[in-house]
Amino acid sequence: MIRDKKKHFLIIGLMIALGFSIIFACTIGPEKIPFMHSMKLLLSKIPGIKELISLEGVSESHGRILYVVRIPRILGATLVGMALAGAGVVFQGVLRNPLAEPYVLGISSGAAFGATLMIVLGVSFTVLGLTAVSVGAFIGAIATMYIVYNIARVGMKSSITTLLLSGIAVSFLLSSMVSLMIALNRDQVEKIVFWTMGSLSSVKMSHVEVVYIPILLCVAVFLFFSRDLNVMLLGEESATSMGIDVVVLRKILLVTASVATAFSVSISGIIGFVGLIVPHAMRLIVGPNHKYLTPASILAGAIFLILSDTIARTIIAPGQLPLGVITAIIGAPYFIYLLYRNNNISRG
Amino acid sequence: MDSLSISHLNFSYDQKKILSDITLELESGVFTGIIGPNGSGKTTFAKLISKLLKAEKKTVYLNQQDINDIKIADLAKSMAMVPQASSINYDLTVYEVILMGRTPHLKRFQRESEADFNIVKEVMIETDTWAFKDRLIHQLSGGERQRVIIARALAQEPKVLILDEPVTYLDIHHQLQVMSLIKTLSSTRQMTIIMILHDLNYALKYCDHVILLSDGEVFKYGKPNDVVTIDHIRSVYNIDVNIIDHPVTKKPMVVF
Repeated sequence: MIRDKKKHFLIIGLMIALGFSIIFACTIGPEKIPFMHSMKLLLSKIPGIKELISLEGVSESHGRILYVVRIPRILGATLVGMALAGAGVVFQGVLRNPLAEPYVLGISSGAAFGATLMIVLGVSFTVLGLTAVSVGAFIGAIATMYIVYNIARVGMKSSITTLLLSGIAVSFLLSSMVSLMIALNRDQVEKIVFWTMGSLSSVKMSHVEVVYIPILLCVAVFLFFSRDLNVMLLGEESATSMGIDVVVLRKILLVTASVATAFSVSISGIIGFVGLIVPHAMRLIVGPNHKYLTPASILAGAIFLILSDTIARTIIAPGQLPLGVITAIIGAPYFIYLLYRNNNISRG
Repeated sequence: MDSLSISHLNFSYDQKKILSDITLELESGVFTGIIGPNGSGKTTFAKLISKLLKAEKKTVYLNQQDINDIKIADLAKSMAMVPQASSINYDLTVYEVILMGRTPHLKRFQRESEADFNIVKEVMIETDTWAFKDRLIHQLSGGERQRVIIARALAQEPKVLILDEPVTYLDIHHQLQVMSLIKTLSSTRQMTIIMILHDLNYALKYCDHVILLSDGEVFKYGKPNDVVTIDHIRSVYNIDVNIIDHPVTKKPMVVF
């Protein structure tokens, strides 16, 4: 863990790194676009700055590749990374459980169920620029969240345990229904599996336009409640005696985190690992104070997903790898390294 | 001043009656101890008066105001609670934990001011926690941690402080240290203190008033010497004890 002053710098550093990651990811692909050109093309879309940018010498086809193919995908990665890592911090804080992550309450299986159903039924339509599969995933995720909360509410008493258990139960039920649909529709296996492993390959600008406002609003809510999340670390009773209405706070944050997750799942499928590991990695670096942990995780989540997605789309080009696979392959060793290093510190 | 009055307070968990018809006046600036056997309803009582559990309407009043009508955020400005043995398994420093006690006095985006830092420093010196302010909370001994939790509650600048068995898991040295700290606070800060205790001698030695609970009812409420008597202990705890004068202080003490 590092000192408070350094934590401020780390967060500013992460913001700059996010900007660089976006530009860097723009340059990479089958068609190499020089760094300065990418930056100019990006800046020329920002109101207020665009007048100052001269696009002389930047090829028009590069512009098209960037705006149509790469940028939507990179922005998608940014938003999904922010949503998942931010939701992860919130789930871990509110549920006071280190294994909590955005998918713990069955949202992923709900989304998978909805998406699979659409694929299997062969439904095809677009609403607000979202495909039938995305809409199915979103509805599946929100409906699952609603069901899980209501099951947990009946039992009451130790509501966190009940919530986690009902999440697991519903999750198993829906996963097995997905497996059943796969078994009965073998011709669609590839499509379904690819979706459940997560990918940003089909993200269009129209998708980004639909999800960016809700996701950014949710992220703002996560930041807004940083202090409350800190107080929650001291335990529910202490938090209540410090003036936090734990029941209301939990409801607001769980619903917001679930909604953020549902939006991200609807455009990217299920990308595992980001929501679990990024918050933990940041906790090892900046400590448990949410004033730093929440913004650090949101930024790191975005950077991590941009870089992972760049690898996923380029490493076996023109083929694509599922993004969820890449996040785990890069993320797990890094996390193991952090754990190992931290153990040494506390032992030494 | 800050008085608590409780009138006809009842509470049940799933049909099982925990507290029945409790009526009490807790005066301001007084150190009140709550004693009674396990399961007599002490903790439930403490939770009800601090709004950790929801009491029925018109049963618990803080300064003549029904606590059901006081928002949790406002209540925290005048009342603080030290719960039973709380463990914190996060890498928070002692200073960070105690600073969180200022939460009820801060607006959402307001940062802690110089005044807040001063209050925190003051309570940390008072509770003898300033010396290890940068250590991590989970690396402290039981006594140190308990003092940190008390300091956090004091940082709220409460007028009423409720403590649930604050000394039970401490060694004798730290027990005495915490007890005399609380005693001092009640007189220097005119704080209303309500403390759940197991040790009858502490009740005799430190408290101004004692409530003896038995099966969810107030068996006796009054001055320590009138509550902790051989007869009362026999009827409530079902044991025979002697009460003798302390050889030095000449104050009464319970011996087994």
